[in-house]
Amino acid sequence: MSDRRSTRRRLLAGPYIVWMVLFTLVPLAMIFVYGFTAPQGGLTMANILAVGQKENLKALLLSLKLSLLCTVICLLLAYPLAMILRSNTKSSASLIVFIFILPMWMNFLLRTLAWQILLENNGVINTVLTFFGLPKAKMINTEGAIVLGMVYNYLPFMVLPLYNVLTKIDDSIFEAARDLGANSFWTFVRVTVPLSVPGIISGITMVFVPALTTFVISDLLGGGKILLIGNVIEQKFTTTYNWNVGSGLSIVLMIFVIGSMAVLQIFDKDGEGTAL
Amino acid sequence: MSDHLIDLVDISKSFDGQLVLDEMNLYIRENEFVTLLGPSGCGKTTTLRIIGGFETPDTGKVLFNGADITGLPAYKRQLNTVFQRYALFPHLTIAENIAFGLKIKKKSRDYIRDKIKYSLKLVNLEGYEDRMPDSLSGGQQQRIAIARAIVNEPKVLLLDEPLGALDLKLRQEMQYELIRLKNEIGITFIYVTHDQEEALTMSDTIVVMNQGYIQQIGTPEAIYNEPENAFVADFIGDSNILDGIMIQDRLVEILGTRMACVDAGFGLNKPVDVVIRPEDVELTGPGEGAMDGVVTSVIFKGVHYEMEVEANGFEWLVQSTHMHEVGAHVGLRVEPDNIQIMNKPESEDEKAVELDV
Ligand SMILES: Nc1ncnc2c1ncn2[C@@H]1O[C@H](COP(=O)(O)OP(=O)(O)OP(=O)(O)O)[C@@H](O)[C@H]1O
Ligand SMILES: [Mg+2]
Repeated sequence: MSDRRSTRRRLLAGPYIVWMVLFTLVPLAMIFVYGFTAPQGGLTMANILAVGQKENLKALLLSLKLSLLCTVICLLLAYPLAMILRSNTKSSASLIVFIFILPMWMNFLLRTLAWQILLENNGVINTVLTFFGLPKAKMINTEGAIVLGMVYNYLPFMVLPLYNVLTKIDDSIFEAARDLGANSFWTFVRVTVPLSVPGIISGITMVFVPALTTFVISDLLGGGKILLIGNVIEQKFTTTYNWNVGSGLSIVLMIFVIGSMAVLQIFDKDGEGTAL
Repeated sequence: MSDHLIDLVDISKSFDGQLVLDEMNLYIRENEFVTLLGPSGCGKTTTLRIIGGFETPDTGKVLFNGADITGLPAYKRQLNTVFQRYALFPHLTIAENIAFGLKIKKKSRDYIRDKIKYSLKLVNLEGYEDRMPDSLSGGQQQRIAIARAIVNEPKVLLLDEPLGALDLKLRQEMQYELIRLKNEIGITFIYVTHDQEEALTMSDTIVVMNQGYIQQIGTPEAIYNEPENAFVADFIGDSNILDGIMIQDRLVEILGTRMACVDAGFGLNKPVDVVIRPEDVELTGPGEGAMDGVVTSVIFKGVHYEMEVEANGFEWLVQSTHMHEVGAHVGLRVEPDNIQIMNKPESEDEKAVELDV
């Protein structure tokens, strides 16, 4: 009985396994092959060590800095929002969630391009500023613009896991804390935050990883002048056609991603974070 | 006044325009075991939450030792709650759960350790310090919830149907456990239940509520033996509740039959409610009682038989140690002092609270 069922389950999993092999394992294997070989052939570590070159290292550090900043800002913005959502009635909360998710249905590129138009030197915001006789602000092609684009695009990925985890906490848990003498501050510190750790972990992962690896946002809002590690890798593949160094840097980036997830897993004892 | 620990003064509360408590007045004395008893939705939890500080009444005041605490937040009140669904902190061990309130109050480590030990002993769960709440059974979690509340040495413990989720046997055990606990620590208990047996077993004072109104306040004996209205009579134990007419003092007409009773002062030919407990109906041979009837069903209940007897168009509930076969012709007799006469509800409000159980 259970034997037959497990055979059936294996059969049902078939298409996914094919998908995974074709679109995950094969590309991954190719990256490793390219990453550890020289263009002329032969094994080498040079592609990996290329990260130590000045401009590559600079891009990697800048990526880490901006994505960390973006993650922190997202967390600070998302937590209060998720709390507000939680304390609302079901219907008004789902309306707010809906409004919040609405822009996500628009293409990611379009949304970012919209910011470009807003932030440009002769863009919407500066036009308004000059109309009121105020000096123009330099916004586009700054690190700030990139962080703004990141936060705008990834904030929902922080809000939703937090909201999910917070709504699962029964009201009586908070009331119990108050009953035992905890004011709002202590209830937050001792109960709300610890119980929302899985959501925090999940949110951080879902914001930090794409922010660390993005090249589109920095392309559009950084004007190609501010290079993140994603842009460097992109250029290796599409401009200089150096797939080997591109792959090598990708592997380094992957190590950073896996490393950060491993660190986060330590905090998420129950492994709930990945379940969203 | 002086021995009142808590006073509820003219408390009204409505949710979404629906009146849940209407001008409620109630006082609770120090060291009393008070039970709020009533059917689902009658406002028991709301009353408890107002006392605990989790709801604010629309009008009225809550006094604690004579001081107005209506606006005082829950975390500043000298009382603790045992929630219906335990509400243990899932991320903390049993010991940390119990220590929660004490840590907030910045008690010393030694004090907290002693208190944890003492309270776990009190609820018979020694050695559970390092377990997580979800590894405990429902009854054990409930006891931890009680331990977590009492370590704070509250003046009053509020319990909202704390045994509601437990099976019958465990519930009865816990009832005795709670009474023992209360005697041991000597504090006031305000207890919510919709189980009349539980209320009768445990309480010093029972407050019977229905649809936001207090129906009767009294000792278990008074509530059971002298219900003030048909609702209370019906809710507490089984009863036969009939329409009657008070012909004159000490004479009532029920189902067309005049019967002697002991009540007086209702006036002449006044419609009343008549309550007769099933154990007070005596079955005799046909023609020997006040009216004749036919047995329509018999159930064996252990100590006694419970029979239904059709007489004068009314289905009487009768409990007796003697069995009468279904179809047997019997006579019904009731001692005059076992007939309870009550005024019919007069206002619409009072009607609203009648018999819907
Ligand atoms: N927060 C709330 N919002 C809206 N209505 C509420 C709220 N709390 C209680 N009510 C309503 O108030 C009434 C009384 O509720 P309450 O919880 O006090 O009843 P209860 O006597 O405790 O019932 P039960 O035995 O089912 O627990 C119910 O009709 C309930 O629907
Ligand atoms: Mg309730």
